[in-house]
Amino acid sequence: MTALLEAKGLRKSYRGKVVLDGLDLVVAEHDVVCLIGASGSGKSTLLRCLNLLETIEDGIITFDGREISDPLVDPRSVRREIGMVFQAYNLFPHLSVLDNCTLAQVRVHGVAKDEAADRARQLLARFGLADKADAHPDALSGGQQQRVALVRAMCTRPRLLLLDEITAALDPELVGEVLEIVRAEAEAGTTLVLATHEMSFAREVATKVCFLDGGRVLEQGPPEQLFGDPVEERTRAFLARVRS
Amino acid sequence: MTQSEVSWVPSERELERQAVRRRLRLQQTVIATVVTVVVAVGLALLIVSSPGWDRVRDYFLSWSHARDSFAAIAEGFWINIRIFLVAEPCVLVLGALVAIARQTTSPWLAPVRLLATGYTDLFRGVPSIMVVVICGIGIPALGLSGVTSSLFWLTTFALVLCYGAYVAEVFRAGILAIHPTQVASAEALALTRAQTMRFVVLPQAVRRVVPPLMNDLVSLQKDTALISAVGVFEALRAAQDYQGYNFNGTPLLVAAAYFLVVAVPLTRLTDWLMRRQIEKEQGR
Repeated sequence: MTALLEAKGLRKSYRGKVVLDGLDLVVAEHDVVCLIGASGSGKSTLLRCLNLLETIEDGIITFDGREISDPLVDPRSVRREIGMVFQAYNLFPHLSVLDNCTLAQVRVHGVAKDEAADRARQLLARFGLADKADAHPDALSGGQQQRVALVRAMCTRPRLLLLDEITAALDPELVGEVLEIVRAEAEAGTTLVLATHEMSFAREVATKVCFLDGGRVLEQGPPEQLFGDPVEERTRAFLARVRS
Repeated sequence: MTQSEVSWVPSERELERQAVRRRLRLQQTVIATVVTVVVAVGLALLIVSSPGWDRVRDYFLSWSHARDSFAAIAEGFWINIRIFLVAEPCVLVLGALVAIARQTTSPWLAPVRLLATGYTDLFRGVPSIMVVVICGIGIPALGLSGVTSSLFWLTTFALVLCYGAYVAEVFRAGILAIHPTQVASAEALALTRAQTMRFVVLPQAVRRVVPPLMNDLVSLQKDTALISAVGVFEALRAAQDYQGYNFNGTPLLVAAAYFLVVAVPLTRLTDWLMRRQIEKEQGR
């Protein structure tokens, strides 16, 4: 299986503080890669680098066989293919739920308005939001907003979906409804890279779990192995801490 | 961390990329420069080659007239500056007070709200020059004892009234733009409505409205020329006076230059302050 996305030797620092320090990551098609690690271990930074929201200082990112870390690559051509969902939803408050979901389809991908609306309504309905299409984001609960954010990202049929701690701002009751969508997407074969604190969820859906520490992937492997029998001492310490 | 900081050497690919970025930046600088020069030269040629250019140049661009009128206009412009310096803080305070007054909810303050609304409606709707004339001629004509008859103060008062109304609306727009969650979290901390306004809403609102506020302040600075309508010898009046005596319009451009010299750095300064503030808040 060839890699859909490959990062090699990524380096990124903010104000002299090195966040990513020679990080390597391989994501194959249909993979569900879960990034775990303490706050500040670089999970979010990594995701932001992967869709070029941040400029890396060193290393190489290849997507679908093309080096996208090349300055001559138009970042928008990359982002057309990669969806992203943020921790704080980042929905556009001045647009209705439906308009949030059709904006990129119509303006970026040139989909006809009706078709875009159909697709959005279909997805919204699938995730229990059919009656919210005309509401504005601020009128929805956190869980509903995050589901809309997921639908917005999925509407354009991205080849890769990046999810940045999408359940971190939700209370436990609402976490389930959001993870349900992610689970469905994973089962449908969407390639996912997600930063998460939900260990049980990671264990259940991931094809590969990566433990980030000190700006690198310290340890990675299938969930059974990484959660069941971690090799590194720091991985054990981290898992012990989040379980207690 | 410091260990890897020391040991990190950019890879060859990264050096290559940096070279490409430098080349791209250079390319952009060259394009920007060439386009700017072409447009500027084109416009200059268009004006200079117009049929009436010689007459316009003699009338508006005479070096000797500029030199001769320079001092008189400077003296007039000092009045503009003084009015501006007095009026500006007054306008900001008045505008903020009126905006806050309109946001109050207490039933006891109903007349204040009504007054504030009436004030903005009235003074935004009336041409400034009329207010200047009415204040400058009307108030002294009332013959009230204890009220100044100084045209300087009367016209400054008129300008404060006009611009206070505009600035109040700018502030109010800023206040309304603050997300309700901010008010909610302030109230949740048991702050009073006044405290919420003073410590949470207003500081954010002011930051958002700095550009339109600057607009109004620069506009106020220009409109100090309106006081020439009641005969105050400020920069514009001084320029027109010279123009009338010598049949040459150059002093008008000299006066315009004076106004620009104040307005442009002021705008750049606020741009810079705002950028710094944003950088500080976003931690970049």
